[in-house]
Amino acid sequence: MILLHDVALQRLFGGLVVLLIVATVAGRLIARRARDERALTTVRNLNARINAWWVMCVIFAISVVIGPIGAVVLFALISFLALREFITLIPTRPADHRALLWSFFLITPLQYLLVGIHWYGLFSILIPVYAFLFLALRIAMSGDTTHFLERVSAIQWALMICVYSLSYAPALLGLGIRGHGTPGPTLLLFLVIVVQGSDVLQYIFGKLFGRRKIAPHVSPNKTIEGFVGGVAAATLLGALLWWATPFAIWQAGLQALIIALTGFVGGLVMSAIKRDRGVKDFGTIIAGHGGILDRVDSLTFAAPIFFHVTRFFYGG
Amino acid sequence: MIDSILATAAQIVAGSTVRWAGCAPSEEQRIYIANHSSHLDFIVLWSYLPPWLRRRTRPVAARDYWARDVIRRYLAARVFNAVLIDRAASPGTPAGQLGRQAVDQMIEALGDQHSLILFPEGTRGSGDEVAPFRSGLFHLCRAKPQVAVVPVYLENLNRILPKGHLLPVPILSRITFGTPLRLQPDETKDAFLQRARESVRALKAAA
Repeated sequence: MILLHDVALQRLFGGLVVLLIVATVAGRLIARRARDERALTTVRNLNARINAWWVMCVIFAISVVIGPIGAVVLFALISFLALREFITLIPTRPADHRALLWSFFLITPLQYLLVGIHWYGLFSILIPVYAFLFLALRIAMSGDTTHFLERVSAIQWALMICVYSLSYAPALLGLGIRGHGTPGPTLLLFLVIVVQGSDVLQYIFGKLFGRRKIAPHVSPNKTIEGFVGGVAAATLLGALLWWATPFAIWQAGLQALIIALTGFVGGLVMSAIKRDRGVKDFGTIIAGHGGILDRVDSLTFAAPIFFHVTRFFYGG
Repeated sequence: MIDSILATAAQIVAGSTVRWAGCAPSEEQRIYIANHSSHLDFIVLWSYLPPWLRRRTRPVAARDYWARDVIRRYLAARVFNAVLIDRAASPGTPAGQLGRQAVDQMIEALGDQHSLILFPEGTRGSGDEVAPFRSGLFHLCRAKPQVAVVPVYLENLNRILPKGHLLPVPILSRITFGTPLRLQPDETKDAFLQRARESVRALKAAA
């Protein structure tokens, strides 16, 4: 029952709930004022996002309250569903079947087991070393060499993004910080608030001030104004949350800047994949949000970088 | 009880996005015809019908597969209410007679309130192409011209459980229901079977 003791965590959650209440009320007010069809569609989309946010916030809170196991299991589930969406989009062949079974039912749970027992030495190399080589071996053994390199790479990529990278988020729970013990839950919440906040802020700044497209061929909805405004606001948001973290105020701001930038790149890269595969979303599991992977795309880049930067400079 | 557990399990494995593109679920008598590429096909298609529709829709399946052991016999008879037909000619039975028997069985199974799930390719394909349809569908429609034929395209089920494998990989699939068609009074066998096959293939392109 970590939430009962950790005052910083309580305040973070309290702030999040207040923010969601404000967003919900604002969404309802805007919906009442919307006149034409286009505005109404945007507002409906916005409100669907806010509703899904409530659900995600509650699930996240429950998993943190349960303790470290809760968060590890939650992210394992997210990874599994994200991997499912990713693999669906890549052109696998029947000969890959065994390699896929291993990926879903052995490598993914094993990665989270290692994260759960804080075995840094192994969870940080399981997929980039062992799974990387094993998958190539397993697919070679199947005897089907058509598009061999494309097939192997795509499955390796799926595991790296959906499982390995994402698992760095709950891995924060086992990260020791010099002079602060293991402030895991607050670090995790800091990461999630800044990365998702950055997404929302970029969306809002883009809708309000967006003029010039930043990557018209990859992600036509992203604008320079949305990017600059969103990243700046997310940096400020992170700096203002310094009191909950082991960081000084300028350090928290710098960390938030890194999170927002890597998160942006993550979204961009995942858009490139979707565009190549000819889809708009990875899935349909969350109303208003598309698939799981559409929600955590920025986290896949931000989590491992945030983990390693924090470990390098503050690890103890 | 068992049927809803089984349906939920099939839905979890298949993770389908269902689109009723050409018609809505209805109590009218129908023959759902779908492409066939995996052992999962009929269970998944059946599981994604609304429960009230599931109870009156009977899958047509091969006896040589579904009568092989006690569990499958039980499921076929009690849960799916399947219509088991012989497809491999036993010694001494001419193929034509076997086909007529199967058609008679399907006509009887339709009765005056049931619908059928039928895979007119007759056997599982690779998943890349829809094979030419067997003539049983035509004879069935000639005997029951008032029954609507609903084309269905099942996508990715062959990737979830390819031929020759036992364990499914949880890839997401898609089910698309197309626009119903009926046998025209003066339509020839080949023309009708070709039209039915095209209606299934067209859903692949649209999906």
